[in-house]
Amino acid sequence: MIAELGHYALALALCVAVVQSTLPMIGAARNDTVLMRLAQPAATAQFLATVVAFGALTYGYVTSDFSIINVAQNSHSLKPMLYKVSGVWGNHEGSMILWVLILSLFGFAVAAFGNNLPPSLRARVLSVQGLIGVGFLGFILLTSNPFERLDPAPLDGNDLNPLLQDPGLAFHPPMLYLGYVGFSMAFSFAVAALIEGRVDPAWARWVRPWTLAAWTALTGGITLGSWWAYYELGWGGWWYWDPVENASFMPWLAGTALLHSAIVVEKRDALKSWTILLAIITFGLSLMGTFLVRSGVLTSVHTFAVDPERGLYILGLMSVAIGGALILYAIRAPSMKLGGMFQPVSREGGLVMNNLLLSVATATVFIGTLYPLFLDATTGQKVSVGPPFFNAAFVPVMMPVILLMAVGPLLAWKRGDLPGAMARLWTAALFSAAVAAFVWTQHAGTAFGSIIGFAFAGWLAGGTITEWAARIALFRQPLSVSLSRAVGLPRSAHGMTLAHLGLAIFICGAVADSYWREEVMVNAKPGETISIAGYDLTLVSIQHSQGPNYQTETARLRVMRNGAEVTILSPERRFYPVQQMPTTEAAIHSTFLADLYAAIGDGHAKAGWTVRVWHNPLVPWIWAGCMFMVVGGLISLSDRRLRVGAPKRGQNLSSSETKGPESAAQPAGAD
Amino acid sequence: MTPKRRRLSIVVIGLVMLGTSAALVLTAFGDNLVFFFSPTDLQAKTVAPEQRIRIGGLVEQGSLEKSKDGLVANFRVTDLQNVIPVTFKGILPDLFREGQGIVAEGRLVKGSFIASEVLAKHDETYMPKEVADALKKSGKWKGAAQP
Repeated sequence: MIAELGHYALALALCVAVVQSTLPMIGAARNDTVLMRLAQPAATAQFLATVVAFGALTYGYVTSDFSIINVAQNSHSLKPMLYKVSGVWGNHEGSMILWVLILSLFGFAVAAFGNNLPPSLRARVLSVQGLIGVGFLGFILLTSNPFERLDPAPLDGNDLNPLLQDPGLAFHPPMLYLGYVGFSMAFSFAVAALIEGRVDPAWARWVRPWTLAAWTALTGGITLGSWWAYYELGWGGWWYWDPVENASFMPWLAGTALLHSAIVVEKRDALKSWTILLAIITFGLSLMGTFLVRSGVLTSVHTFAVDPERGLYILGLMSVAIGGALILYAIRAPSMKLGGMFQPVSREGGLVMNNLLLSVATATVFIGTLYPLFLDATTGQKVSVGPPFFNAAFVPVMMPVILLMAVGPLLAWKRGDLPGAMARLWTAALFSAAVAAFVWTQHAGTAFGSIIGFAFAGWLAGGTITEWAARIALFRQPLSVSLSRAVGLPRSAHGMTLAHLGLAIFICGAVADSYWREEVMVNAKPGETISIAGYDLTLVSIQHSQGPNYQTETARLRVMRNGAEVTILSPERRFYPVQQMPTTEAAIHSTFLADLYAAIGDGHAKAGWTVRVWHNPLVPWIWAGCMFMVVGGLISLSDRRLRVGAPKRGQNLSSSETKGPESAAQPAGAD
Repeated sequence: MTPKRRRLSIVVIGLVMLGTSAALVLTAFGDNLVFFFSPTDLQAKTVAPEQRIRIGGLVEQGSLEKSKDGLVANFRVTDLQNVIPVTFKGILPDLFREGQGIVAEGRLVKGSFIASEVLAKHDETYMPKEVADALKKSGKWKGAAQP
């Protein structure tokens, strides 16, 4: 009964979405207020109906209602409650419902908080958002209905894939979808602006927080996924350039570019049509990610069960959405007025370079990811493209980005002073050299690439701190003045500083891990000792025990360093009888400077166990750097000028604040 | 600089970047593309021992043998027409078992495949696409439900 209610709610949501996508659009074209106002209740109703559908499916999982095929295939009565709930989106159908739920949540947010948007723009944005909803709700109802019944109902379910039975499943997909789907807002605003034929700073002040929110969530989602893979797969690595990882990374790169170009539209009323194009491309890449993961064209950890029908539908949806938006763009963009002027050397110029480089970087990842598919489709030749390709093609493109990231924020809007900026960067250059020298002394004879990587990270960190210190006049004024200046600085400035610093920290972690990782694999019996990176690990015992829905072998490894016990590592090997599948649970001892990572393979008392130990230097910095970026995004999001629903109030504030040199004279919020 | 010239110069810079990255991509492709072969393909073609390749197929029933210390696994991969022996030092993936489809990456040395990486699909009912295609090519494909 509840499941039928959920199915009905889904159909209702589709009907409402059809209304939402048509009538307000017509209303906006005819300047009919009644039709335009229809968008808000429609968006609210679509959201509520989707909540009901999502709740109904969750109810089915929580109560283990195995008469629903989806529950029977993906759940089990013995499964812990956390995984019963998160198992809702651990499969194709359920995750599509989550996708639509987040999509309608964003529409609802515009309906609820968009009171100060021009009525026609608001109606059109909600219409476009509704249209995306129609596409995906139709997709669920036609090809992936999660509420289908099974008769007779089995006594118990097939259980969830054991690899997914991890707290990571509770957070990684929702965060990732918040990011993916969040870019639908930028897309809807872009298409609405094309229909309106008008882009102004007010538009950008709306697009920017939505893009920032999506970007922050996507950063968090990708990080969580990477961290999850790191500790769950037992392979000791954190990023494999796997096609599905790339599918989430491409919208991140394009979204990062969009985030920066939206600033130029907001502050300087320039780069308007480029920003619109980027918004379309970013969401297009999000859709492509969905397509790649769900169509079965890829071999990867993440792909769902293969169904050509589904792949075809999403491909069609993607072509209509992106093709339609691009055609609209081709028709309307040339009529957009060119915006504010700027010199090549200026903050705008720096952001243009950022955008060009990030776009090129996105293109290299795009080619590396799709070329195997292209080759297979055209010649039948099967190839794979792995990490060496991306190291050779992607990293060189990102290096100038890092170089410019230190310089750009020091340039003024409109006309920058490059020699002046470089003169202020001498501390950064010094810091960079010091970092490189330090690395050299610590790792004598290390590869040249690692020194370069750390030098770049030092340059970025130094430049970022220089810029922040200059803003609060650190060491030039008494500390109290600097402090009050820091308090008075807009939060988005602190956010940027944190995010850029985060990237520097991340680079250190990534470079250190790829150059200095150590690995030992041995066959060990209890009592034997393994030595790695100054640690001695002694296999104390192997214990067998029973979990809620699995059996497990737990190894106890005593870790000693210089004769003192550091910790006990307990890697596990679990076996899930329902799915007949073993999983590896790695044990990690994390210090500020490195991870000691242990995993066990199969074995028995006579022959011993395969024990694999990694020493991964600075891997904690990878997570720390990403956390900095997320926190930076959140702080920036809390900036009152960016607060959703308050873009107009920000106008008075922004003219009084101190931005970089010269820009104080440039009121940021000219409506 | 007029807006038009500015736009033109941005486009030119963009094109230069695209060109540079295209060159990067092409050289990276030249060195790093890993081709896939089925056991039958390997009968027909010669592969230089220094070339990294991927192979795939089903792990032949009863073929898995482990060295005494348990670190090295020897097994045979078949597309149900031809067979290739594989040697792998490391922890086999959780989903590795006889009769299942796998993909391995490594080098071909004297008719035997030395794998540096073995991938098994994390979804039980699903077979790596390359393996399914290799089986279809050898005419032994029995549909997606095959274990």
